[in-house]
Amino acid sequence: MSSSSRIIATDVAIVGGGIVGASAALALRRKGVDVLLLEHDLCGARASGVNYGGVRRQGRPLSQLPLAQRAHQIWADLPALIGTDGEYLRSGHFKIARSQADLQALESYQALSRDFDLGLELLSGASLRQRCPWLGSHALGGSLCPQDGQANPRLVSPALARAAQRAGARIHERTPLDEVLHDGRQFLLRSGRHLQVRAPVLLNCAGAWAGALAAQFGEAVPLRSGHPAMAVTEPLPMFLPWSLGVEGGSIYCRQAARGNLVLGGGSGLALDAERARSQRSAIAALAVQAIELLPALRNAHFIRTWSGTEGYLPDHQPVLCQSRRRPGLIHGFGFSGAGFQLGPAVGEVLAELACDGRSSTPIEAFAIERFAAHIPT
Amino acid sequence: MTSTTPLQAVIVGAGPAGIRAAQTLAAHGLRPVLIDEAARGGGQVYRRPPAHFQRPPRALYGSQAARATALHRTLDGLQAQIDYQSDSLVWNAEGGQLDLLHGPTQTTRTLRYGPLIVASGATDRVLPVPGWTLPGVYTLGAAQVALKFQGCAIGRNVVLMGTGPLLYLVACQYARCAGTRVAAVLDTARRADQLAAVPALLAEPAILARGLHCVAWLRAHGVPIHRGIRPVRVQGDARVSAVVWSDGAQQHRLACDAIGLGHGLRSETQLADLLDCRFVWSPAEHAHLPAHDAAGRSSVPGVYLAGDGAGIMGADAAECAGERAALALLADHGRAVDGARARQLERRLGQLRRVGQALARAFPLPADWAAQAPDALLLCRCENITAGQLRACARETGADEMNRLKALTRIGMGRCQGRICALAGAEILAQATGRPVEQVGRLRGQAPIKPIPLHLQTQQVADGTDAAAPPRDE
Ligand SMILES: Cc1cc2nc3c(=O)[nH]c(=O)nc-3n(C[C@H](O)[C@H](O)[C@H](O)COP(=O)(O)OP(=O)(O)OC[C@H]3O[C@@H](n4cnc5c(N)ncnc54)[C@H](O)[C@@H]3O)c2cc1C
Ligand SMILES: Cc1cc2nc3c(=O)[nH]c(=O)nc-3n(C[C@H](O)[C@H](O)[C@H](O)COP(=O)(O)OP(=O)(O)OC[C@H]3O[C@@H](n4cnc5c(N)ncnc54)[C@H](O)[C@@H]3O)c2cc1C
Repeated sequence: MSSSSRIIATDVAIVGGGIVGASAALALRRKGVDVLLLEHDLCGARASGVNYGGVRRQGRPLSQLPLAQRAHQIWADLPALIGTDGEYLRSGHFKIARSQADLQALESYQALSRDFDLGLELLSGASLRQRCPWLGSHALGGSLCPQDGQANPRLVSPALARAAQRAGARIHERTPLDEVLHDGRQFLLRSGRHLQVRAPVLLNCAGAWAGALAAQFGEAVPLRSGHPAMAVTEPLPMFLPWSLGVEGGSIYCRQAARGNLVLGGGSGLALDAERARSQRSAIAALAVQAIELLPALRNAHFIRTWSGTEGYLPDHQPVLCQSRRRPGLIHGFGFSGAGFQLGPAVGEVLAELACDGRSSTPIEAFAIERFAAHIPT
Repeated sequence: MTSTTPLQAVIVGAGPAGIRAAQTLAAHGLRPVLIDEAARGGGQVYRRPPAHFQRPPRALYGSQAARATALHRTLDGLQAQIDYQSDSLVWNAEGGQLDLLHGPTQTTRTLRYGPLIVASGATDRVLPVPGWTLPGVYTLGAAQVALKFQGCAIGRNVVLMGTGPLLYLVACQYARCAGTRVAAVLDTARRADQLAAVPALLAEPAILARGLHCVAWLRAHGVPIHRGIRPVRVQGDARVSAVVWSDGAQQHRLACDAIGLGHGLRSETQLADLLDCRFVWSPAEHAHLPAHDAAGRSSVPGVYLAGDGAGIMGADAAECAGERAALALLADHGRAVDGARARQLERRLGQLRRVGQALARAFPLPADWAAQAPDALLLCRCENITAGQLRACARETGADEMNRLKALTRIGMGRCQGRICALAGAEILAQATGRPVEQVGRLRGQAPIKPIPLHLQTQQVADGTDAAAPPRDE
């Protein structure tokens, strides 16, 4: 950490060391760009390090699929890129239907997403029972995406930041951005009394806390914090091959390499701006649904619950674009509960926007103008 | 609040602290709820055997029999004035309500609280030794619990190792126990540490006398006592067969069939953590503890702390602290209390704190433990994590804080949730990063405080505090 009050100059400054900011730092370094990242706490300590670990494309809005496909390619090589396998497994992601209507929804998603090569396979009836003997009777069928999967966010997200650092990014942890100004040419960032950074380009990757920065430059968005509730059981003998989701929402779960079932669903409770935990109603609901879904859990114990803080936008799409108000400012936030899988690709897109001013992946749906009503003119 | 407002005061823990708190509240006209995980009240020190066991108090509690009986009698006498809920684990606290798991029926329910006294006590503090996971190795407390609660000994030829007052106490209790031999007491503290503490202990002659008497009795009965030792390893195939220890110059091997191992106690602080109490580092106790004032007020209004859960001070102090916290609670809620009594209790607690500090100096944690722990030493037995893995993680990732270490290595992620391994893990992390142990932090608390069954039956649905539009994803 810098202890002088001298001003550090860099090409690109990044605020936020989650999977998005760290991926951007790595992607920029791979393009040879000088980059400095400020992280309030530790890289990957927030949403990126505490999430459920679902790495899925299935079920995403079509507008996200190009980005998700790009991420899918990066995930394939992630171990080489970041120096750890992060327990990433293309285990398959199975979306469960509990009604005929759900089944139809899954069928139409299969049809709509046909161009994206997700390899979706619909299961029901006898083939469902045969392939999923562990599934409770509430499930009528489902859709399997064999190449989707899961990873351990606690390992992956910090490792991305370390990889960026090894590649030459200057990463300042425990260094909150306290103030940012623009002198008409460059951004001037300040953390505490000792660190000042000057950069022509600033990436806003501050997750649930990104709204203030956007607002400061005249682009207020209706970003709100959400806190998905998570719980984990004691380690159990391996029995669940896929990561499971349910059409229409509610519970999701997967079995980690260690044997623990990781479950999510419902909402946690904010303790303050940074901390959140699962709440009793969510834990109770998770327990009931989990046993319905997987009767084998009847005799299992929860050993821990937790939550995190994630930024949500009303349409559940991120903001990923250049600022229209302040040239040089680029936004990448508001992943609305689904940014872990996308993160590595978002990093590349941000690097492209920073270097070329445009992305090779379509991102029109994520423009900040869609909230123009909130942006004062 | 006026004195006519009914106060739903809740006490967690029916040890000496919780029982005295309940008694005090009841004496002032309140009807507190007293919750305890154990089937019968008394806490760790005055743990009561199942009702049909017929051993006399003298056999169970030795010189503390009178205190034990008095405390049990107090609790029994309170039945009509308090709402006593045994077999009930508090596994979560949220929004002014506690979540209780009733063990025998596996049902959970919520309990609203006004003011809350946390008297959650302590458990053993363990510094692992190579071989410590072999069957036949128990903590000192567990060795004592087996004796007190079930009338069972952990073995026939037993070594007691580690440090702390409990080391000698358990040795005496085992040496008196029919059919069991104490092969040795192996104390990692040096005689010099103990001598240096004597002047301060003179302030509390009864405690000093009890300790000296215990040591003299052991010597008179031919039990070898070695001080200043370092455990080297526990040996055995299917179970413990011997312990190897060093006196600094030489290694010694001693055959045994069971070992009681422990380095004093650690406060049970998870509930205070879930209640969002502020924690501070206590150099004397070598632990992060929930902050509190002399009367037991925590940093959270309405939450009071008493007994070993707020810092290890022993059973007598726990009784005083429980009463003092109850008086603070009453005064804070507009009830008239005896101020002289409150001051007297605080004075007594001050004395006992100095004694506790002297005892901590007499039985220090071995400062060189982490430096000597071999890389292969298993620290986290739930997750199979060794000292070497922690060191490698610190070296390779720069992890310098306990929660990050947990995230990257899984230490503290198993069923015990760090109760056993977190202290040793922190010592290793401090050593690996060359920093004082207080700077590596402490594991964040999360519900449940202990594992809870998924299949728990909800008796009483929590009142609809469900947040709007749940985040939907995976
Ligand atoms: C419990 C949970 C479960 C989830 N499950 C999944 C899932 O299964 N699959 C999936 O794809 N997605 C999932 N998500 C969503 C996913 O985790 C997020 O979309 C993603 O991690 C967002 O990454 P990020 O880098 O934008 O944000 P974050 O990881 O939150 O990173 C933002 C960083 O910015 C830092 N910061 C903020 N303000 C400042 C400042 N002023 N100065 C310096 N630093 C600052 C923060 O400290 C933080 O580290 C889940 C989220 C949660 C919370
Ligand atoms: C195993 C052991 C043996 C000991 N033996 C001796 C001895 O022989 N002599 C001596 O002087 N000192 C002994 N001590 C120290 C002694 O326990 C304490 O000084 C004294 O008991 C402290 O009283 P307390 O009321 O603070 O806590 P405790 O007596 O520990 O009582 C705390 C109570 O709270 C309950 N509790 C904790 N958390 C929860 C929860 N979440 N939900 C519900 N209930 C909860 C526990 O089950 C327990 O009954 C021993 C300690 C231990 C751990």
